This record gives sequence, C-alpha cells and structure tokens, in this order.
Amino acid sequence: MPDANSSTRQHQEHFFAGVDQAPLGAVDLVDESGAPANLWTDAWRDLRRRPLFWVAATLILLVVVVAAFPRLFTSQDPRFCELGNSLASPSAGHPFGYDFQGCDIYARTIYGARASVAVGVLATIAVVLIGGLVGAVAGFFGGWFDAVLSRITDIFFAIPFVLAAIVIMQMFRENRNVITVVLVITTFGWPQLARITRGAVMSVKNADFITAAKALGASRVTTLARHVMPNAAAPIIVTATVALGTFIVAEATLSFLGIGLPPEITSWGADIAKAQRSLRSQPSVLFYPAGALALTVLSFIMMGDAVRDALDPKARKR
Amino acid sequence: MAWYIGRRLLQMVPVFLGATLLIYAMVFALPGDPVLALGGDRGLNPAVAEQIRAEFNLDKPFIVQYLLYLQGILTFDFGTTFSGRSVRDVMAEAFPVTFQLAVMALVFEAVLGVAAGLVAGLRKGRLFDATVLLVSLVVIAVPTFVIGFVLQFALGVQWRLLPPTVGGDVSFRTLLMPALVLGAVSLAYVLRLTRTSVAENLSADFVRTATAKGLSRPRVVTVHVLRNSLIPVITFLGADLGTLMGGAIVTEGIFNINGVGGTLYRAIQQGQAPTVVSLTTVLVVVYIVANLFVDLLYAALDPRIRYA
Repeated sequence: MPDANSSTRQHQEHFFAGVDQAPLGAVDLVDESGAPANLWTDAWRDLRRRPLFWVAATLILLVVVVAAFPRLFTSQDPRFCELGNSLASPSAGHPFGYDFQGCDIYARTIYGARASVAVGVLATIAVVLIGGLVGAVAGFFGGWFDAVLSRITDIFFAIPFVLAAIVIMQMFRENRNVITVVLVITTFGWPQLARITRGAVMSVKNADFITAAKALGASRVTTLARHVMPNAAAPIIVTATVALGTFIVAEATLSFLGIGLPPEITSWGADIAKAQRSLRSQPSVLFYPAGALALTVLSFIMMGDAVRDALDPKARKR
Repeated sequence: MAWYIGRRLLQMVPVFLGATLLIYAMVFALPGDPVLALGGDRGLNPAVAEQIRAEFNLDKPFIVQYLLYLQGILTFDFGTTFSGRSVRDVMAEAFPVTFQLAVMALVFEAVLGVAAGLVAGLRKGRLFDATVLLVSLVVIAVPTFVIGFVLQFALGVQWRLLPPTVGGDVSFRTLLMPALVLGAVSLAYVLRLTRTSVAENLSADFVRTATAKGLSRPRVVTVHVLRNSLIPVITFLGADLGTLMGGAIVTEGIFNINGVGGTLYRAIQQGQAPTVVSLTTVLVVVYIVANLFVDLLYAALDPRIRYA
C-alpha cells in the first residue's frame, strides 16, 4: 500500500542515512514510536475532514436521541386526539398543526421516530449476522458448499420483497409488532448482504497474508475470523449503513399497505398512509412525517457514502 | 458459450423449485380456512365444503398438493380460482398491464438515468453534478408512495396535466405518471451508478490511450468511456425489471391500476394458493431470465469477458 508508506514516512525524519555523515547504527535511531498506519486509522483521519460525514453523524445522533427520549422534545401525548381539532392550523405549543383525527402532528412525528429507528437498527443487525455468516462461509470454503448456499441465496433474492412481506404479515394478522416487521425484512433482506460478503471474502482469501496465516498453522476458522473478515469488512459496513436507510423505507411501505405496524404503535409510515386523504385540504399532514422519514433515511445513505469514500484508497487520492 | 448457457439454465431449476415451494408453503401456512371463508357468516354445508376441498386438492397433505400443482404447471395448467376462473386467464389479464408499466419505467430510468449520470460523471464536482446528486439522494430517501401521492396531487389534481388515476383506461398517456413514480428510485440508482462508473473510467489507461491516438472527445466519451461504464448499469437494469414488476403493487394501488399487484393482494387475502404461487412464479421466472440475459450481454459489451 503506497499510502501506508507515505504516512509512515512523516514520522521518520531520516529515512536512510548517508554513509558519509551518519555513523553506523543511525538506522536504529529512527523513531518507531508513531502509530502504525492501517486502513481503519487512515479512513478515520479522512472521514474527520469530510463535512458530509459530520452532517450525517449529527442527524443520526439527533434521530437516535429523539427515538430514545421522545419526552425531551414534546410534552404532548401523540395518542391524545380531539376531532374538534381536525386539520387545524398550527398554534402555540402545536407547531405543526393537527391531522385528520385531531392529533398533534409534532408529537406524532417525534414519537414516530422510535418505530422506524428500532426496525432499521434491529433488521440491520440481523441481516448483517445472517447474511454475513452465509456469505463468509460460502465465499471462504467454496466448492459444493458455496453452490448450495448461493442457490438458497438466489431463491430468496428472486422472490419479490413486497409480495413475500404481504404473505408473511398475513400470518401474523393478530399480533403484528416491531419484531414481526424485523423478521420479514430480515428474511428477505439477508441475500443482498450475503452476496456482498461472499464477494469481499473471495477477493481477500487468496491474499499473501492469508497464505502466511495458514502456513503458520492457523486453523480455517481462525483464518476466516481473524484474518479474512477484518479485511473484508469495508464493503459490508458500507452496504449495511445504506441498507439501514432502505429498511426504514421498507417498514413505511408495509405500514402504507396496511400490513406493517398496528395502529397502537405510532409510526411515520402509517401516518403518511393516513395523510393521503387529507392531502388536498392540509398538505402539512403529509409533509412532516414524510420529511422526518426522508431526513432519517438520507442521513444513513450519506453516512454510507462518506464511509465508502473514506475506505476506498483509490477515491481518497483524488 | 452454449455450455455456459446450459449450466445457467440448470442452475435455474433449483431456484425455480425452491421459490415455488417456499411461496406455496407460506400460503399454506396462512391462518384461517379459505374454504370456510367462502361461506361467509352463514357457513358452508359440510358436504359442499368437503367437495370444494376435494376439487382443489385441499384435503391432501401439503407436499402432495404442491406436487400436483407442479405437475399442472409443467403442462401450463396453472389451476383454477375458487370462483372457477382459470388462473391462466387471471394472469393473462393482469400481466400485460404490469409488464407495460414496468417496461415504461425501465426505459424511463435507463434513458434519463444514463444521460444525467454521464453528464454528472464528466463534470464531477461541478454544480450540475452536485445538484443531480442531491436530488437523487432525496428521491432514494423519500418512499415511492410519497412521491406517488405528491405527483398525483400536483400533476393530476392541481394542474390537471395528466390523468390522476388509470382504472380501466390503460394507455401510454395514463400510465406515464405511474411509470415515472415506479421508476423514480431506480432512476436515482442508475444515475449514481453511471456517474461513479464514468468518473472512474475517465482516468482509465484505455481512455488516455484513446485520447492520445487523437480521437475526438465525443468519440472517446461515447465509444470508450460510456460503453465500458454501462456494464454495472446494465446489471442493475436487468435485475430491476423483476423488482419493478414485483414492486409495482404500491404504485398500482395509488393509481388504481388493475395489474398483478391488486390481483395478488386479493388472492393472498383469500388464501388462493394456486393464484398467488402462479403469479409469483412468473415474476420469479422474469427475474431469473432477465439476469441470464444480462450476463450474456456482458460479453457483447466488454470484449475482455468471454464465457467458456
């Protein structure tokens, strides 16, 4: 890696000693206390300089805090609705106005964050675990193992998501909650990550340092876990970050179709779906939940973009 | 080449069987008895219910039902719905509409996406690039149905430029707005993909060689940069045809289009396994064949790729 060399050189003022001036042994005086360069510290240094990263990180932090502590942001109850306030304009203490049922839109937007963030985070964790495991095993061991796992991946990939989601959510007609939505998204979301992981593992597994690890007697599982995976992690992290955003959109789509979260759980998707009929008389009913959802998804996609650019040495040079 | 196609076709068989079995099992596992539901509140005469079960093989174990269904499919007999229509008729009615919609969306995203992506990639970092990139990010972040609502309201209701719903009148004009909405998210992906690919290829050795040979800029851009940049884009577009047809269910709902989406939704709610599985099977086959087609297109686009 040319980059690694150039950054090490910064710490070493005299890289080689001229025979005439320097006494023998000057090479040993070179300062080696500087931290060794690697992909992750380089990426972090690069990331810190990107405004896009800070914008995305701030937005993500804000959404997570809102999701965890909605009471900090509003004292209103999102489920306290008075029909007398139906589609009323904003007033003091109710900056976004009221929806068709007379519920406070600001409070509903704040409380809706929790469902979206919970679905996004849980589904991403599950998808990374399952897809990562399948992809890593298929890519590393290869052979008929890979053939079987890849065909199973293909099967789940070929079935349209929305369609499968409708069937599965029908099964849970009586008890839909965040966990069932996460289950559906995971069941049909893992193949994408499995493919990415498989590709990344296959591109790493023939590297010289893997051969070295094997030659030193590392077992196959150790080689995979300690040497292959850390070096194949970059594309997985990028894909997972962007996927988190798309999973939030998926949850909203399910709620829009009426097969997502039940009405007891305040969610942006369900509020957007309900807003369709009041769109003509009061556009803000649609604007606020949709805007909050879009901003959340946008921040995760921007984060994925920033991390991808930081982790790609080719892009960094430009 | 022939050997490659043969192997790919063989690989399709387990995927086809697995996908149909999975969907059949899921519909089978749906709660509630579809036959009893036919009778409504009054209920069915037990003898009638028994006869309907026998007629639709519902009295047999799951795997026998699946195998009987599979046997039918091989002779292009997709079974009948509970109301006695053949599933083939239902499909012949639903698929052309959805297919037309998906193809219009695909053309729209390919033409606009590649054109805008090419210009953005050639002027990376400039104003046009930044604007287009921001717009594409917003389109990805906003759910399809929100884009649908807003366009329907603005173009259809407020300004009356295009018909807000489709209904029974399926034509190029009525499907134009739904196709825009359906293709919007993919358009953003095509644009980003083309842009990255073009920007990367601009600094490739073969482009420098082409410029050094004295070729004109338009020729370098179209023949050398664009052709090589299209490979990842084509992969995406190929996989997207299936996604668009399967994902059209949301768009079809908003614009009241009688396509695959609505038919499937009703069939799932009624627990009509043959209809659900047949419609899905066609979607799965479209997906697999489109992907195979794309892989074969590779060799035509990139002379470095050869299938032995």
